[in-house]
Amino acid sequence: MTTATMTVTWTAICSYTRLEAERGVAALVDGVQIAIFRTFSGELFAIGNRDPIAGAQVMSRGIVGTRGDAPTVASPLHKQVYDLRTGECLDVSGVAVPTYPIRCNGDTVEVAVERP
Amino acid sequence: MKKLVVAGYGMVAQRFLEAFAERAADGWSVTVLAEEDRPAYDRVRLSAWFDDYDAGALHLGGAPDGVAVRLNEAVTGIDRDRKVVHSASGETPYDALVLATGSRAFVPPIAGADLPGVFVYRTLDDLAALKDWATAGGRKIGAVLGGGLLGLEAANALKLLGITTHVVEFAPRLMPLQVDEGGGAVLRRHIEALGVTVHTGRGCAGLTGDADGVRQMLFNDGGSLDVDVVVVAAGIRPRDELAEPAGLVRGPRGGFTVDAACATADPAVWAIGECAALSVDSGDGVCYGLVAPGYAMAEVVADRLTGGEATMTRPDTSTKLKLLGVDVASFGTPFADGLDVVVTDQVTGVYAKLLLTDDAKTLLGGVLVGDASAYPTLRASLGGPLPGPPLALLAPAGDGSPKAELPGTAQVCSCHAVTKDHITDAIAGGCTDVPGLKACTKAGSGCGSCVPLLKQLLAAGGVVQSKALCEHFTYSRQELFDIIRVRGIRSFTELVAAHGTGRGCDICKPAIASILAVTNSGYILDGEEAALQDTNDHFLANIQRDGTYSVVPRIPGGEITPEKLIVIGEVARDFGLYTKITGGQRIDLFGARVEQLPEIWHRLVDAGFESGHAYGKALRTVKSCVGETWCRYGVQDSVGLAIELELRYRGLRAPHKLKSAVSGCARECAEARSKDFGIIATEKGWNLYVAGNGGFRPRHADLFLTDVSTEELIRTIDRFLMYYIRTADRLQRTAAWLEAMEGGLDHLRAVIVDDALGLCAELDAQMARHVGSYADEWQATLQDPQRLARFVSFVNAPGTPDPDISFEVERGQKIPARGPVPVTLGGAR
Repeated sequence: MTTATMTVTWTAICSYTRLEAERGVAALVDGVQIAIFRTFSGELFAIGNRDPIAGAQVMSRGIVGTRGDAPTVASPLHKQVYDLRTGECLDVSGVAVPTYPIRCNGDTVEVAVERP
Repeated sequence: MKKLVVAGYGMVAQRFLEAFAERAADGWSVTVLAEEDRPAYDRVRLSAWFDDYDAGALHLGGAPDGVAVRLNEAVTGIDRDRKVVHSASGETPYDALVLATGSRAFVPPIAGADLPGVFVYRTLDDLAALKDWATAGGRKIGAVLGGGLLGLEAANALKLLGITTHVVEFAPRLMPLQVDEGGGAVLRRHIEALGVTVHTGRGCAGLTGDADGVRQMLFNDGGSLDVDVVVVAAGIRPRDELAEPAGLVRGPRGGFTVDAACATADPAVWAIGECAALSVDSGDGVCYGLVAPGYAMAEVVADRLTGGEATMTRPDTSTKLKLLGVDVASFGTPFADGLDVVVTDQVTGVYAKLLLTDDAKTLLGGVLVGDASAYPTLRASLGGPLPGPPLALLAPAGDGSPKAELPGTAQVCSCHAVTKDHITDAIAGGCTDVPGLKACTKAGSGCGSCVPLLKQLLAAGGVVQSKALCEHFTYSRQELFDIIRVRGIRSFTELVAAHGTGRGCDICKPAIASILAVTNSGYILDGEEAALQDTNDHFLANIQRDGTYSVVPRIPGGEITPEKLIVIGEVARDFGLYTKITGGQRIDLFGARVEQLPEIWHRLVDAGFESGHAYGKALRTVKSCVGETWCRYGVQDSVGLAIELELRYRGLRAPHKLKSAVSGCARECAEARSKDFGIIATEKGWNLYVAGNGGFRPRHADLFLTDVSTEELIRTIDRFLMYYIRTADRLQRTAAWLEAMEGGLDHLRAVIVDDALGLCAELDAQMARHVGSYADEWQATLQDPQRLARFVSFVNAPGTPDPDISFEVERGQKIPARGPVPVTLGGAR
């Protein structure tokens, strides 16, 4: 593994109020598709939009809920459930989606994508 | 390879073939020679043919792979020296020969028995001939000769054919072989209440008539009865005509004599089922006319031929049936000497007798008439101590629950000889439901009469069937429906806060959205409800493997004008959509991206289309044949009714999708019997069938209403659907719902026809509200900018299509690009 310098840039996506509780949206940041969710309690999560099992860019369209304490989203294609905090698939071990830093800057939702 | 030939292809032969195949009998080639023109069918349920004239429903599944079946080719002779059987096409050699030739109907030697209009009751062909004759017009009165099991079945058939029916029995009571005098009297009252005239203690001296048919039955007491049709049901005789020419020994009352291994004196020749005269224990050369002993013999021979040493024990002749709607059961030896316990309730028409040994400790046998619910427990207790005080066992509650412990050796399933110990071992080994027990022990997979007992044993074994919908709710869907309805709950948040935990999941949220859609009956995507919906309901389209969606406009009844057809073609062409005709007589347009859906629907709505709800757990289509409008066979306007029904129930959310069809005549071109509710036109109106299913586990729908008006039809479907929506489990189709329903079709009829629960007014009102508040979801979406805002590819780049979606072309249309679909294990892409 080589060491490279990574710069983190925050990218504005949309206003916070544009997000519906427990429903995702997809965003396109430098060609990377990101699924952004707002939970019932108002927390924000960003994960890769691509369903790693089916290969389609659909994660933003899954049903948001909880499993135990974990906030989750279920793939709309075959219903595997992922932990929104870690991106880890809770139904198929070893499968995960990437996660991205997300924050609210005033009313603006921003996502950070690492760039080489 | 050794050659096995089976002579005869009835139920016992079928069981033998299955048992032989299961034992992995490699090294044998198997040939079946059948006299009838069809493979084995369920002769026990023969009379069910009169419900719907569907011979296919009685089919037993056919021969296992690799078995050569030769229909219409009875064995006509056996040459034991050369080891060949003769049939129409010549000789067939064997190394082992299994005789399973069954029985023939016995016709006593009375004058006129060969007149036209005189029938026996044994094969599907017999039943078809009887039906043709009895329904040919002008035939009003029928007599059944014989008041036994078969005679009462035949009486029921005549009644169903609209014939005024008499039953004539020589013995002083009905079913003389199975029930005693007291039981016969109660049974007689039940049968007479159905309008059947019973003549007991009367013999038939002869029949008169001419070439046009039978006219009169003469009695041996000098009386007579004018008749148009006669069914002779005077018993059966073994088909053993092959025995004497082949030098095989016949039993004292006929049949091929066999020992406890079911072997004849010739080690290469075996006999099983009704044609076998079995000598075991004290029974000497007895032919058993019940299927359970036949099945046991089939297992014994299959075992012997594959190196086993199974033997027959004395068969259990216990039997439980429903005759003309009356439960009758007989078990053990009810006529032996011993102590009687008899309960007769003239009011409810229930008779029960138990016969115990003189010390009152061992159950020898018994008879139940009118209520046979205690049968499984009692039969399992035969030869052992009673599981409780006799009167408690027969008490009116009579729910069959064992009031005390059955011994472990008690046989629970007599069809497959499964003891209680076998069952409890299977439960201890992890079986948690009746289907599991059937697969694991075979118990309950024969006549099914022990299924209630299996359920009790499961419960006694501590198996609690969890009804919880998911981790967020401990309630079943039905309980949640009631909670939402009774407490007037309007949102998921309200429900989960008061009655659940967490914030839901992909299981409970769509289920609750579906319930709220029925109880709130409004637009399904407003406010919080939007977040509950699966992606299909969320985008009002069907997601496909590549994340694109398909679009299905409603085409009610499959009827469409050329103009509208052209619009669909133009939309598909302009948006480059893959186009396919569906199984439900409509058109599916594939490959639409999320942001294209509103544009596509603008065009469709402008042309007068509306949502087809292909994306919803909702009514899909009501398919139809062209009906009397064009078809020379049609008897009703099937297209008109299909359109009316589809428009009435469109948008109705349900536990699972709902499909329907209407056929304009009995030819059934619309395949209505594979639907959740199917309608078939008759000369007089409509027949309604319910709870059919295609798909994973096909099921023919059950006949529910006959010859009803459109008004009665629709009222009943309204209630059927609403009752289903209220009480079914999540993702339970109507077929599984009905099968799981306690009391089955009778219960359903009691609730939605007879209003036994007083629910009908509520069900009617709920459906009226659905019909009155229906609005097209796509039109409602297009009219509202806020609703439309959801249909973007990217929230920060609404006009940019998903760059990962690509297509290739196949047969002139686009399809998703078939790239490799890798599974990524973690990490950023």
